[in-house]
Amino acid sequence: MKKRTKILASLILAAAFLTVLILIDNSPLKSSMLSTCLQKGAIYALVAVSMNLLNGFTGLFSLGQAGFMLIGAYTYGILTIPVAARASVYQYFEGGIVQFAIPVIPAIIIAGVLAACFAALIGLPVLKLKSDYLAIATLGFAEILRALIQWQQIAPLTNGSNMLRAFPTYNSILFPFIISAICIAMIVLLIRSSYGRAFKAIREDEIAAEAMGVNLFKHKMMSFVISSFFAGVGGALLAMFQASVQAKGFTSAMTYEILLIVVIGGIGSITGSIIASFLFVCCMEWWLRFLDQVQYLGGVKLPLMRTGFRMVVFSVIIMIIVLFWRKGIMGNKEFSWDAIGKFFRDPFGLVSRKNKKGEGITNE
Amino acid sequence: MNDAVLSIENITVQFGGVVAVNNLSMKVRKGEIVSLIGPNGAGKTTAFNAITGVYQATNGRVVFNGDVILESHPTGKMKKLYAGENADLYHKIKKNTPDKIAKMGMGRTFQNIRLFKELSVLDNVLIAMHMRLRGNLFTDTFMINYKEEQKMREDALALLKIVDLYDQQNEIASSLPYGKQRHLEIARALATNPSLLLLDEPAAGMNPQETEELTALIRKIRDDFDLTVLLIEHHMNLVMDISDWIYVIDFGKLIASGNPEEIQNNQRVIDAYLGVAEDE
Amino acid sequence: MNNYVQLLLSGIAVGSLYALIAIGYTMVYGILRLINFAHGDMFMISGFFLIYIAAVPHMPIWLALIITILLTVLLGFMIERCAYKPLRSAPRMSVMISAIGVSYLLQNFATYFTGGLAQAYPPIPWISNEIEIFGVTTKLITIVTPILTIVLVLALVALIKFTKIGMAMRAVSKDFETSQLMGIKINSVISMTFIIGSFLAAIGSIMYFSYYEQVSPTIGAMPGLKSFVAAVFGGIGSIPGAVIGAYIIGICENLIKSYPAIADLSNAFTFILLIVILICKPNGLFGEKLSEKV
Repeated sequence: MKKRTKILASLILAAAFLTVLILIDNSPLKSSMLSTCLQKGAIYALVAVSMNLLNGFTGLFSLGQAGFMLIGAYTYGILTIPVAARASVYQYFEGGIVQFAIPVIPAIIIAGVLAACFAALIGLPVLKLKSDYLAIATLGFAEILRALIQWQQIAPLTNGSNMLRAFPTYNSILFPFIISAICIAMIVLLIRSSYGRAFKAIREDEIAAEAMGVNLFKHKMMSFVISSFFAGVGGALLAMFQASVQAKGFTSAMTYEILLIVVIGGIGSITGSIIASFLFVCCMEWWLRFLDQVQYLGGVKLPLMRTGFRMVVFSVIIMIIVLFWRKGIMGNKEFSWDAIGKFFRDPFGLVSRKNKKGEGITNE
Repeated sequence: MNDAVLSIENITVQFGGVVAVNNLSMKVRKGEIVSLIGPNGAGKTTAFNAITGVYQATNGRVVFNGDVILESHPTGKMKKLYAGENADLYHKIKKNTPDKIAKMGMGRTFQNIRLFKELSVLDNVLIAMHMRLRGNLFTDTFMINYKEEQKMREDALALLKIVDLYDQQNEIASSLPYGKQRHLEIARALATNPSLLLLDEPAAGMNPQETEELTALIRKIRDDFDLTVLLIEHHMNLVMDISDWIYVIDFGKLIASGNPEEIQNNQRVIDAYLGVAEDE
Repeated sequence: MNNYVQLLLSGIAVGSLYALIAIGYTMVYGILRLINFAHGDMFMISGFFLIYIAAVPHMPIWLALIITILLTVLLGFMIERCAYKPLRSAPRMSVMISAIGVSYLLQNFATYFTGGLAQAYPPIPWISNEIEIFGVTTKLITIVTPILTIVLVLALVALIKFTKIGMAMRAVSKDFETSQLMGIKINSVISMTFIIGSFLAAIGSIMYFSYYEQVSPTIGAMPGLKSFVAAVFGGIGSIPGAVIGAYIIGICENLIKSYPAIADLSNAFTFILLIVILICKPNGLFGEKLSEKV
């Protein structure tokens, strides 16, 4: 395929997707399950890609994504609740101590920046250590944050364990898509830059990378801070999507889910993470819902089906992927038209496999 | 001697009670190819690692292009344990991480090939150029300095041509045959723009013809890039053919130094390699 | 004064429980370099085992306890065989992801099976009795737990020091590949490690839930994480280290809970402790330095 054809195909695909979104946005489908899944999928895609930058491209096993999302979500909420609504939101704390509100976009950026600052703080001691400790320290850090935000002493700022709500959300479902797309595009550009190559070098071999002049600490820190920035932005988007935030929702299970998305999509593949996010959200929220209800097949009540069964089936599927399909959907490759073309000419590699067999026979 | 690019003074590396390198002193002059040889386990690679900052030397000093890049003396627990010599010669501690030393102009290869296995041949070389990048994170991400990136690519491809890997630039590094991987390691080390190149057994596992080609390659890059080369090698043909000066160590200690002819006729070197007969 | 005795007693009891779980983490990490994220959930499942088994009519409690321990050990063994063994040659990150997957599965399974509600733990006769000591009334379990823990730890240390399988374990934790070449059956050593870890987790679970009296599907995560911190604190791979770390965390945590202003932060404290120790002494109190050969 020629380069121009490829660009054209990509543009057509993007335009088609955009049209579908606009159609959904202006039809009764806007409040349907499809629309919900698409929005949540877009937000999860951003967070999964940001985690992939760290775990897949830099080789740092970090489990703090939920914590950074929590910072993002709370920063956004605290900064944007209209002054008039504060008295009712912070009803137990006399309207809270923050008595101003800023516009949405600056608030989203500040949400990311604050998450990045916290990442720098935690990275300073931990990034010099072995990668295993990073996993446990970031997981612990997310737990500290969750406890800290619910702490009564700072409740006038964070509303304690009560919900933050009444902050501005978006009207058009295009909003999370646009923000996610911009952020993911930035991450892709970063990965393709010289810095991205240095990140990959650290993943491949730290000692060799250092001997080739890559400052390990500096580059790990960069990757960690950037990843956290985008997780913070993702957190702010999630807050907007949910229209309310509560710290107790950002558990380590949330981080685990995002990590599993990354694994399903393929560690080290951006497109994989994006596809997996939509699949994951759709399965979890929508396609597997029926498993939670009692079902009848030809008048016979099917066994096992009741609340919670969906999640069991879901986790079994994930285990099967983790164990037997370790590369995930995309492995460490990216979506390309060449691969699609090859797939249509030769689905499942049948032809090339046959060819190989043929070669084997001639060799004999 | 003012023209010494690298001078190693009384370097001792001790792990717990084991003295891996003992009071090693060497000088490498500009433009020379110097070899460090010795039987297996003599401490050659450990010495390399101490020079390049991977291991912390217990005692001694390394001067590179006139700057002290490493100075150390036994501290803490090591004070009591120290079994090397000249413990009271040095009083400062100066450390440098391998990336800083690489930036100062010391490029190296590894004995047990350490390429970025999953990355392409070209990327392997480009990564080594990263530290000389003038753009910052922002300009680099948003391709504002794309001209610099283009220049990097051109330079990298030129290097790949020299080591005869131009046609394999997009292959994954680990899919290359063994000898080619060693060549790629050399290209990668050259990409750090070194003034001193440390080669750790570049000919290991190569057949005689490949070794000959490698000898020619090392000479060529020394001349073309105005390099000084320090080499660890077991292939004696290569060593004797190429070296201007040879240092021999055994059990961490320097036992001889001289030009190839002197080394070939040195009784201590012969003993170290072949062993001493019991009844002598 | 009485208040402090009370705090110290419960701190020691909780610390003992963390110690029993932490040993499971530290042994697995020592041998496989794997953070077994599912260990805390296994501890939770073990709690549910006893609830369901003790509910069987005419089931004597001692038999229920034995069956619980056996089932937990079997579960630990099965998890290793199904989720970790197939990934033996895979990168370490994959194995840890598998552990996270198992943790996710166990939690979801428990939620499904129990309806997601917290359930009351059956009282175990004798150890649930109340006694008075140093002028404070407490359950007998507070006293029994540390004693039992110390006995078990001593037995384990003896096992590792003096038996053949113990020697094999030490060898494997020093050098995985070489010990394989020396004819050590690596799989049986790993299975044994998981069996011991699960056994201790089962005992810990019985003690823990007799103390807190309730089991819910997500209850395992927090004690699990804290125990892992205890293991890191003491120096991962070291059994005495894990035990000491666990006691320090248990006691500090109870002290913090007694100050109302910072009581909410008792969980956070554990992790602050972790970060502090990682900065000051990256290998923990008794940990060995692991260095990579270049």
